[in-house]
Amino acid sequence: MSGGVDSAVAAARAAEAGHDVTGIHLALSRNPASYRSGARGCCTIEDANDARRAADVIGIPFYVWDLSERFHEDVVEDFMDEYAAGRTPNPCLRCNERIKFAAVLDRALGLGFDAVATGHYARLRTGADGLVEMHRAVDDGKDQSYVLGVLDQEQLRHSLFPLGGSTKAEVRVEAAERGLLVADKPDSHDICFVADGDTPGWLREKLGDRAPNQGGAILDESGQELGRHDGTYGFTIGQRKGLRLGRPAPDGKPRFVLDIEPVSGTVTVGPHERLAVNRLTGIRPRWCGTAPTRLEATVQLRAHGGEHRAVVSVDDGSVEVELLDPAYGIAPGQAVVVYDGTRVVGSATISATSR
Amino acid sequence: MDTTQRTVYLDHAATTPMVPAAIEAMTAHLLDVGNPSSLHASGRQARRVVEESRETIAQALGCRPGEVVFTSGGTEADNLAVKGIHWARVAADPRRTRILSTSVEHHAVLDPLTWLRDAEGVEVELLPVDDKGRLVLDALREAVERDPATVSLISAMWANNEVGTLQPVEEVVAIAAEHGIPVHTDAVQAVGAVPVDFAKSGVDALTLTAHKLGGPYGVGALVVRRELTVTPLAHGGGQERDIRSGTIDTPAIAGFAAALELAVKHQPEHLARVGALRDDLVRRVIEAVPEAHLHGAALDPLGMHRLPGNAHLGFPGCEGDSLLMLLDARGIETSTGSACSAGVPQPSHVLLAMGCDEEAARHSLRFSLGHTSTRADVDAVVEAIGPCVERARAAKAK
Repeated sequence: MSGGVDSAVAAARAAEAGHDVTGIHLALSRNPASYRSGARGCCTIEDANDARRAADVIGIPFYVWDLSERFHEDVVEDFMDEYAAGRTPNPCLRCNERIKFAAVLDRALGLGFDAVATGHYARLRTGADGLVEMHRAVDDGKDQSYVLGVLDQEQLRHSLFPLGGSTKAEVRVEAAERGLLVADKPDSHDICFVADGDTPGWLREKLGDRAPNQGGAILDESGQELGRHDGTYGFTIGQRKGLRLGRPAPDGKPRFVLDIEPVSGTVTVGPHERLAVNRLTGIRPRWCGTAPTRLEATVQLRAHGGEHRAVVSVDDGSVEVELLDPAYGIAPGQAVVVYDGTRVVGSATISATSR
Repeated sequence: MDTTQRTVYLDHAATTPMVPAAIEAMTAHLLDVGNPSSLHASGRQARRVVEESRETIAQALGCRPGEVVFTSGGTEADNLAVKGIHWARVAADPRRTRILSTSVEHHAVLDPLTWLRDAEGVEVELLPVDDKGRLVLDALREAVERDPATVSLISAMWANNEVGTLQPVEEVVAIAAEHGIPVHTDAVQAVGAVPVDFAKSGVDALTLTAHKLGGPYGVGALVVRRELTVTPLAHGGGQERDIRSGTIDTPAIAGFAAALELAVKHQPEHLARVGALRDDLVRRVIEAVPEAHLHGAALDPLGMHRLPGNAHLGFPGCEGDSLLMLLDARGIETSTGSACSAGVPQPSHVLLAMGCDEEAARHSLRFSLGHTSTRADVDAVVEAIGPCVERARAAKAK
């Protein structure tokens, strides 16, 4: 229970359904004040108190579990390493894979619980083959199946997503009806451990000597230097804002980050059409059920991104995705999540893209 | 969850139920009007209740009534002692820049010390303890004798709240007395559990609180020798010898006095009865879980080295938090004895000071027995502990 409205309603529904529910708030920072403050977060002392009050109202026991070390090792360190290597990680997927549905689930199973229920918007159902299937949520705007695409069958068998069939608006109304004070608490956004949402600033401070470079050139595709920057980790493929190039391109079109080279410290920019991607390679695949070999599917390439029709081929731990319509601004490090209709097939981490 | 199950309350070191005499004394005055500082008849009547309570408390603690300064509880009394005595001593002689204390104090002493260090540059020395949690006296002697004139205060708790170890207060006082250094002791856990006599102990200031001995929350006292100057933390109406301003809480003080009087009167029987239950609990838990071991001083029937109600046990291979939760689900209420901020458990500074590593510090659980504890409570723990430890181990092994 993060202290937000979704996990509070999820807990209430699970308890009402007759499950023996215990509320758990995850302490992810050894020093809660250092993580995000204000209403947006999920890691502050105030959030822990909101979660506790929600558990009181629902009438379930409540504890705080300290997973700060695991979170730091598995999520924060990985986040820094990925940015240092010029990639754009998604820490929420990582957290679901390693923390919420691994460290927390394992501990819960050991303690005698059967499942972890969360406030994620996704639907579970048992398929004809007896396997648990995960589907997109009813609420398109809130669907979180993308960040859950890393869960395997064993994890799904021990998961409950009580909100998948509802819209966010319904959940807020229900929270108010249940007397949960977090009913109108704003949604959390961005990355929970970056306090003010300023990821480049956070990386600059935390990476220190681990930063691959402290600056370099911003080049156009012909190699001409257009400006300087103070660290490649501040950029992501497809980024348009914050390039601070001063003068516009000769053709007057906006410029986007096309390539990041951490070793030389070079950032290459160019027009939007040069961001087009027709093929991509994924590594570290995670399949929700049986691993496919070849599949006509749709893929989603970023959280809240659109769907792309694709042909997905799996070969020995490597996933080749051929996009039938091009995608733009695809950053290595992000996840490609594969869907068959509304069903999540699995995911992989994007390692390379090409036109 | 079975809501009909009996609660087995074994967290008396956190707070203990009020005794009927205290509830009676407190409620008897809740409807009385009259500020004890007012000059009219109602005020005088309230003041009389407060002063009679003060005399009862003084009688029970072996101090003079004028030495009892009522506070809002233990934390305020500890802050008042540490900061107030230090400030007054520095004002009298600016060379006094050092405070000596132990590495196992409660946060109500540790945190004001840290604050004095950070805000005012005070040199705080937290002296080591041995593997039982007892202050190493040679270290104290060395720290004092290194430069006695610069020590403003020594603060050493009477009994440790986590592992129950009694500190050598008498010896601390003897070392301090050679150099005229005042001694404060946090006796929050000790009063009512073991014999505590202010005058005999020779300490200059002593903290106690009502809710640990059967009285109400929100009231406590700093007993402080009349000769000792204490700079106040809060300024205002000048109540309590000008040391602690604020309207005096007559009903709470009446409840406090009633509880303390009874607790001290029954202390010898309490020590024998609760000590025997505790010994039984420790022995049978270790029978059920052979790897379990006791932290702190050895069990002693005379209560010379350890609080009678304290059983602080280590369960290798478990997280204390998991055990707490599993026992809680069976109605058995315990503590990991660790300080919490936002409920985030930190490894106990007390266990770390005793030489435990972080792992050992995390696999610990404190059972603390008190005046309502019974044989049936011990039986419930003995019955539950084996399966709970097994589950907690499974949760950790994953």
